[in-house]
Parts: sequence; structure tokens; C-alpha cells
Amino acid sequence: MRPLTPGLVVEAGSSVDNHTGAWRTERPRFLSVACNGCDLCAVYCPEGVVFKAAPKRYDFDPDFCKGCGICVEECPVDDIVMEAEIR
Amino acid sequence: MKVMEGAEAIADAVRAAGPKVVSAYPITPQTHIVEALSQAVADGRLDAEFITVESEHSAASVVLGAAATGVRTFTATSSQGLLYMAEVVLNIAGMRLPVVMTVANRALSSPLSIWNDHQDSMTLRDSGWIQLFAQTAQEAHDLHLVAYRIAEDPRVLLPVMVCVDGFVLTHAFEPVEPVSDEAVSRYLPPLSLPFVLDPARPATFGAYADPTVYTEARFAIEAAQRRSAQVLSQALGEFAALTGREYSPDFDRYRLDDADVVMVAMGTAAQTAQVAVDEMRDEGVAAGLVAIRRFRPFPAAELVAALGNASRIVVFDRSVSLGSGGIVAGELRSALYGRLLPQIVGVVAGLGGRDVSVETLTQAFRAERDGWIDLRPDLEEIAP
Repeated sequence: MRPLTPGLVVEAGSSVDNHTGAWRTERPRFLSVACNGCDLCAVYCPEGVVFKAAPKRYDFDPDFCKGCGICVEECPVDDIVMEAEIR
Repeated sequence: MKVMEGAEAIADAVRAAGPKVVSAYPITPQTHIVEALSQAVADGRLDAEFITVESEHSAASVVLGAAATGVRTFTATSSQGLLYMAEVVLNIAGMRLPVVMTVANRALSSPLSIWNDHQDSMTLRDSGWIQLFAQTAQEAHDLHLVAYRIAEDPRVLLPVMVCVDGFVLTHAFEPVEPVSDEAVSRYLPPLSLPFVLDPARPATFGAYADPTVYTEARFAIEAAQRRSAQVLSQALGEFAALTGREYSPDFDRYRLDDADVVMVAMGTAAQTAQVAVDEMRDEGVAAGLVAIRRFRPFPAAELVAALGNASRIVVFDRSVSLGSGGIVAGELRSALYGRLLPQIVGVVAGLGGRDVSVETLTQAFRAERDGWIDLRPDLEEIAP
């Protein structure tokens, strides 16, 4: 365990180590069935953690996805679903 | 010895302390302090950046950022300005930055009032800042120097709020013996912080703390608050050696040794209360006074030790927790509970600039139960 400094001053870039994905109670599942590669899920993701893995397939970074479900809401072909997060 | 306005005496101490960044937004009755500092910068008597801002929130943010780079800073405010700063005030404490701020105590809206009471700084009593209350212009001058000393002490690293009564202290002229610049430079060593904002070594201040460390960070502030009492005591001891002026690190004791009835007060009212104590003594009441200087950290153990002989304590509050009562009274009850069992009466008065006279305080001495005194009789909405 790192010793705590006065005021919790830490090295710059601490958000990289701070995995906010731990807050998630639901996670998206990208079905990749009807996907047309429109990019809306990636564009609307408020954390910028949805990315294009293939021309018609998307994936997300589980370390930082907070499970907000906006990608599901925005997908025009209903190709993303939210599932309970099981740890 | 010079005759100085209270605000001028404060500004002179701050100028001598040599902050590198001063930022403030004008608000009555604080304005004369930063006005004088702005003039000192313009005249070349203070080598500092005086940063004008559009609000108190920005003023506090400027000194936060400047302090994080490792330089001495100063700001001042009052009333609504302090409330507008509140978010940043807590951040400054949490980031352990040794900012010194004058609060020229003024009532809170609504109704609007520019006049003195303690409600503004009391709303931020839980913020992590050390809070000192001055009684005179001389003490206000001196406490600002002591404030830098304890804020910057590596055992403390907390901001300090020096609270002075608006108008009653800030705009009154008194004889003041300013500490010489040479003595100030001996008293205040150059600021050295363990961590500073530096583009060459990037760091994050005020980073997100998850549940595994947040409690520890808050506890560290609490521990530093506790440690600061001893540091203040040492700093005042060295100040006395330097200037000959002695201040108790917790509270002043006036005719307290044999006192049966003790008044507790803060700020300029404590000076008037000495006269009230004398009058009560003339009437045959063994009266005494505790004048709190260090409200945060609250001197609980010291009060228990000092109030053992009192059978009755009257706490004169110039602020109120609406729906609960006088704030100092509540804190005193909490401090004494289970240790001493005097009768404690909390009296609220002197709000919004209502004059606190000797008569007000002798009336307070005679109060039978908690409540507000000195109220106009035509107030309709009041339950017994």
C-alpha cells in the first residue's frame, strides 16, 4: 500500500490507475448481429471507452465503463443490451 | 506606535509577511484590507501578484492554485463572499494548503445586512480551517503573522482564517505597534511545502479518493487540527519573545481564578465583557470571563481545566444555529459534558450589527435560560 501524503497529492495521471469501472452494476453486451458500423455508440459514450473492434463490431473497456447504458439507448439497430454485472 | 485603522493594521502585517499572490473580491467590511494591499503592490512596497477576479469563488480558487505552487498567499472576505467561496474553502483545507484569509465578520442574508456578527465564519467552522478570533487591531495585526507561521508548519499544513469583527475592529482606529519587517522576516521562514505544482514534475492535487482512502484523508486533517494547538502555543511563545506581546493559545482568562459565574465570548465583545465583569463584581457577583481566541481547534480540554470552579456559565453567542441555538454554547456543552456540571446558559445577541453594550452583557450575565436577549418587544412571531 502506498503511503498517504498530506492532501493526497499523487502523481499526475492518477485517473489511469483509478478504475472507475468498479462502480458499474450493469455492463453492455455488444451483440454484433445487426450492427451497421455507424459509430453512434462510440460517439455518445460519455467516458470514451467504446471502440470499434471490426467494421461492424464494437467493444468497450471494462476498466472504465461505468455502465450508464447510453450506448444501448443510442444504438439505432438495437444491437447492444445491458446485462447485470456479475463479479 | 501608530494610530491605525484595524484594516490597515491587518494589511500591514500581511504586507510584511510578503505573500507572492493576493487575490480578493471587494466586499464590505473587508475591502479596506485588500485595498491597502493593492496600493502596496502598486507602490512597490509589496512584491506580489495582485490578481483581480470577478467573484470570491475565483479569489479562493486563485489562492488555492497559487499556494499549490509553493508560494505564500492571502485573501480576505466577508459574509456572502465567504459563502460564495465555501466550496473552494473546503478544497483548500483538503489539499492542505497554508492559505491565510481574513474574515471581516459580517451578518448573512437574508435580510441583507453589512454589519457585524459571527454567522459567516461559523458556517465554515467544520471546513478544516484553523479559526482564530481577534479582539483588537493590535491582536489582529499580530495574529496574521502567527497565522502564517502555524499554517506553514510542516506539522500542520492547514489554512488559517483570522476572524475580525467587521467595522467594530476593521474600521476602528487604535494605537498599534506594528512588527518591524526585519522581525517578521526572522519570525517567518521561507515557505517550503512537501509537494508543489511544478510543470517539470506533474502532480495531481485534490485527486479522487475512493472509499479505501477518503476516511484516512479526512482523519489526517482532524489530526493536523489537533496538532496545531501545540504548534500555535509554540508560535505564540516565539512571538512573545520577539515582540513582548503575549497571547494565550486558547482563550484569555479575565478574573477567572475565583469566578463563580463565567461569561464565554469571542471577538471584540470580549473587551466589553471585561467591563461587564467588573460591574458584576461591584455588585458582589464573583464574575469572570473566558474570551476564546482559538475556536478551531476547539480548546475543549483547556476549557474543562479552566472552568472547574464555575457553577454557572453564560455563553454569549454572536451567531446562531437556527433551530438549535447558540453555536459556542453548544460546543461548550459538548466539551464539558460528563466532566463538569455547571449550569450553562446560551445567550444569542449582537446579530447584524446590534450594538453589544456593557448593559447587553450584564443582561446576559443574568439570563436564566437559553435564548435570545435584547429583542424588540414588537416582534410578533415569537413563542415563549
